[in-house]
Order: sequence, then structure tokens, then C-alpha cells
Amino acid sequence: MKVYLDYVATSPVKDEVKKAMMPYLTEIFGNPSSIHRWGQEAKSAIEKARGEVALFLGAKPQEIIFTSGGTEADNLAVRGISNSKVHIITTQIEHHAILKTCEDLEKNNIAEVTYLKPNREGLISALQVKKALKKNTVLVSVMYVNNEIGTVQPIREIGKMIEKENKNRLSKERIYFHTDAVQAVEYLNVNVDFLHVDLLTLSGHKIGATKGIGALYLRSGTPFEKIIFGGEQEMNLRAGTENVSGIVSLGKAIELIQIKNQKSNLKIKELRDYFIKKIITEIPEVELNGSRQFRSPNNANFYFKYVEGESILLSLDLVGIAASSGSACTSLSLKPSHVLMATYDDAERSHGSIRFTLGQETTKEEIDYTISNLKTIIKRLREISPLGSTK
Amino acid sequence: MKKNISSLYSKKVMEHFTHPHNMGTIKNPSGKGRVGNPVCGDLMELQIKVEKKAGKEYIKEAKFQTFGCGAAIATSSMLTDMIVGKDLAKLGEVSNKSIVKSLDGLPPVKRHCSVLAEEALIKAVADYRKKDKQK
Repeated sequence: MKVYLDYVATSPVKDEVKKAMMPYLTEIFGNPSSIHRWGQEAKSAIEKARGEVALFLGAKPQEIIFTSGGTEADNLAVRGISNSKVHIITTQIEHHAILKTCEDLEKNNIAEVTYLKPNREGLISALQVKKALKKNTVLVSVMYVNNEIGTVQPIREIGKMIEKENKNRLSKERIYFHTDAVQAVEYLNVNVDFLHVDLLTLSGHKIGATKGIGALYLRSGTPFEKIIFGGEQEMNLRAGTENVSGIVSLGKAIELIQIKNQKSNLKIKELRDYFIKKIITEIPEVELNGSRQFRSPNNANFYFKYVEGESILLSLDLVGIAASSGSACTSLSLKPSHVLMATYDDAERSHGSIRFTLGQETTKEEIDYTISNLKTIIKRLREISPLGSTK
Repeated sequence: MKKNISSLYSKKVMEHFTHPHNMGTIKNPSGKGRVGNPVCGDLMELQIKVEKKAGKEYIKEAKFQTFGCGAAIATSSMLTDMIVGKDLAKLGEVSNKSIVKSLDGLPPVKRHCSVLAEEALIKAVADYRKKDKQK
């Protein structure tokens, strides 16, 4: 049996998406900047997709900038807002696309950055953000759903708080609010007015579109600098010939989410809840990472005491199951997960943690197969381990 | 081409990972060596039983317990295979390099696992020497 439980790493391109984008790789190959019919056909496909994304976010089409993916959109959001000597507030559990960009701004003396520490559920509060605000704070960036532990942050609450702070500000300089919503798009409300956000990051390959496409929502009137120079594509905010087929795929994937039956999200949540309950009750000395309540419906992340993550992944792979780990041994950097470290300050916990993420296609049979194999694997690896409550 | 995580490792490494040799502990071991740290992601304990015969000292038995990645478990298992029956005077032949070689190689990021195995051996022998002197 082959079981893919790593949908948060990436997801397969949906059939309808593939069908919609294929013509833009072949017959409709024109450059959208060209004025002839080949170009104009490609251009109108892009505008249709832009409209689709805008509708989904409750935004205007000209507020959507297509990028090469979530990472570029995050880089663009942070750099686009931050000019010089500004203050940024973000969290210790952001994606590296945000963290490394912030670190680079600090290194070059462009920004001073406050990295908020989550509580032991992986949550950041609006009050925490409020307390960190300074006179020169221009940007707050908090991710909507954490990619590792699935924690859902109170984005709407933070957004409302920032709006209030902006009204009380004496200077004209506003605080802008960005959220990386890459992992939230499929399951949560991402309406930008509901969330009170000024910038929002999307990614294609997490939702059944292709890799190499993403978007940044940028509220009109936000002072902004571009980071990629060249042609005047994307409202002159992102140069480069557009990834037409990718953009079409993103538009289609978004359209599919809008028409999706709410039951399918519920099905995933029920299956995930069943999975968590079984693992917690049937394997001794296991803890759930992240929040039980404020959690994305597709995420389960467990800490298996006394065993190391890579050896679990390797054993799972041998029986055809794909998952991912917070262990240092699985990363090129040999550093344990920064998300688990920030949340629990416990390297051993990071090394022994495994993330399972479900998708639309996940079945109960697959979950049962995973549970039964995990039991055997954890038992065997604990026998090999010198650690344990009875050792 | 079909690939999976196990294709990162040699066939030998996978054999030792899936069916480790000499796993466990020894009753009244002659020496113990515990190295690494769970905080760093790997911890290994090697236990040895030394026997004196015709003026020489041999490793009669070796057992290990390891918390770590696939490479750490495989190197521990290989180490025990390489030292059982060996003259203590000849243990110099067993090094991190010879362990990696016997496993048909390890990915570069995993080489430190073999260093851990070598350290465990050095520590276990030192522990034996110390206890032997006290006798």
C-alpha cells in the first residue's frame, strides 16, 4: 500500500486544473505583453485567473500580484513595505521565507525586527503583538496556519487591533498587516476584509495547482516598492514574463475551492480527529504538538518519546507511508525544527516529532494502515533506544 | 526509476537498520560507553564483555542501544559486528572510517554518526581498563 500523508509539503495537480492549464503550454503560448491575438488570448486568461483569485479574497483584481510562489510573495511583502530604519514585528514560527528575509534586513540595518515567541500551543495573541508595537513599526507579519504544527493564529483579532492602533496614531505612517495564508487557503476564511489584512500570501502547489506559482494580495493605497526589476508586468510591481499556465492553474484551483462541498473539509477533519485519538490512546508516551482547538483540519503532528524522527520516517517509507519530521537528521542544515524549538524549547521533542498531513484523497483505510504500522515501528525503535521511562 | 528514502542509504545500511545485530544490554558488562546526547539527536550506549585468554584480551560480547537516525542505528550495529571476537590490542583497526567502509558508505551529512560509534568504543574500552585496574 502507498499512503501519502505529506499534503502540506505539496499536493498533486487536480485533474480539472491540469485540463484548464494544458492549452497554455501549447496552442495558447503567446506572451501576454504582445498586442497580437496570441498575446491577447494569454493576457485574457491571466486576467480571468486574477479575477477568480480576487473574488475569492474579496479583493479587487488589481490588488493581486502573481509571483513565482509563496516564498517570493513573502519576500516581496516584507521588502516591499520596509524602506529604511523601520520596525517589523513577526513571530519565531514563521516560514523561513519571512524569517530569513527579516534577518537579511536586520543585517543590512534596514529594519529592526521583533520575533514574537508563541505559547506552548504554538499560538500568538493580539495582545502580544500590541505590546510589541513601536512608533516606527510599519509591518506586522503573522502566518495564518503554521505549516508544521497546524496552529491557526487569531489573524482577524490581530488585524482589528492594528486597525484601531492606526486610528490612534499621531503620525501619518501606518502599520501594515501581512499574513502568510499559504496553508489556510484550502480550509479557512481568507476574505481580506474579514481578516483586516493589507497583504496576504498564496501558493499554488499546496492547493492542487502547479509548483512555481503564487500570489501576493496588496491592498490598494499601500506604499510599496518592487523587488524584481525589468518589464512593467503585474501593475509594474513584479517584472518578468508571466507564468501563464501556472497562473491559469492557480485561478482554477481557487475556483475549485470556492465550489467545493463543505462536507469534504468536514470529512478530512473527522478522519484527522480519528487519527489523533487512535495514536494518542493506542501508543504510549505520545504527545500532540500544537493546539488541539486552534488547528488546521488536515494536520496531525506527534511527539513520540525516546525515538528519533528520521528513523521513524525511514521505517514508514519502507512500508510505503510518506510523512515529514522536525528532526535535525532529516534536514540539510542538521538543525531541529525552529517551530518546535520556539514552541517547546526542547530539542529532544523536535527530534522525535513527525507531521502527518491529510488531503482530499486520504481514506480511512490509509489512516488505519498508518496507525497499525506506526504502532509496530515505534515499539521496535523504542526497543533499540537506550531511552525510556523503564530504562 | 523508483526511489525512496532508503535509496539515500546503501543496501548494507538498510539491512543493519531493519535487522540490527547485537541490540540490547549485557548482564554485568566489563565496560560501558555512552556517547552523544538526545538534545543533538543521537545517543548511543555500547556495552562489552571482555575475556582474558592466553595472556590476551578479547571482546567476547558486544551489545548496543541507540537513539538516533537510520545511519546511527546501522553504524552501531556494524560496530558490534566488527569488534566481537577481536583482540583488544587490535581495536585500533576499528575506526569511523572502517565502519563507514564496511557499510558501503554513508551520505556525507551522516558521517558524524560513525564518529559517534568510534567514540562509544573508545569510552567502553577505557571504562573496562579502569574497572580492570580496580580489581
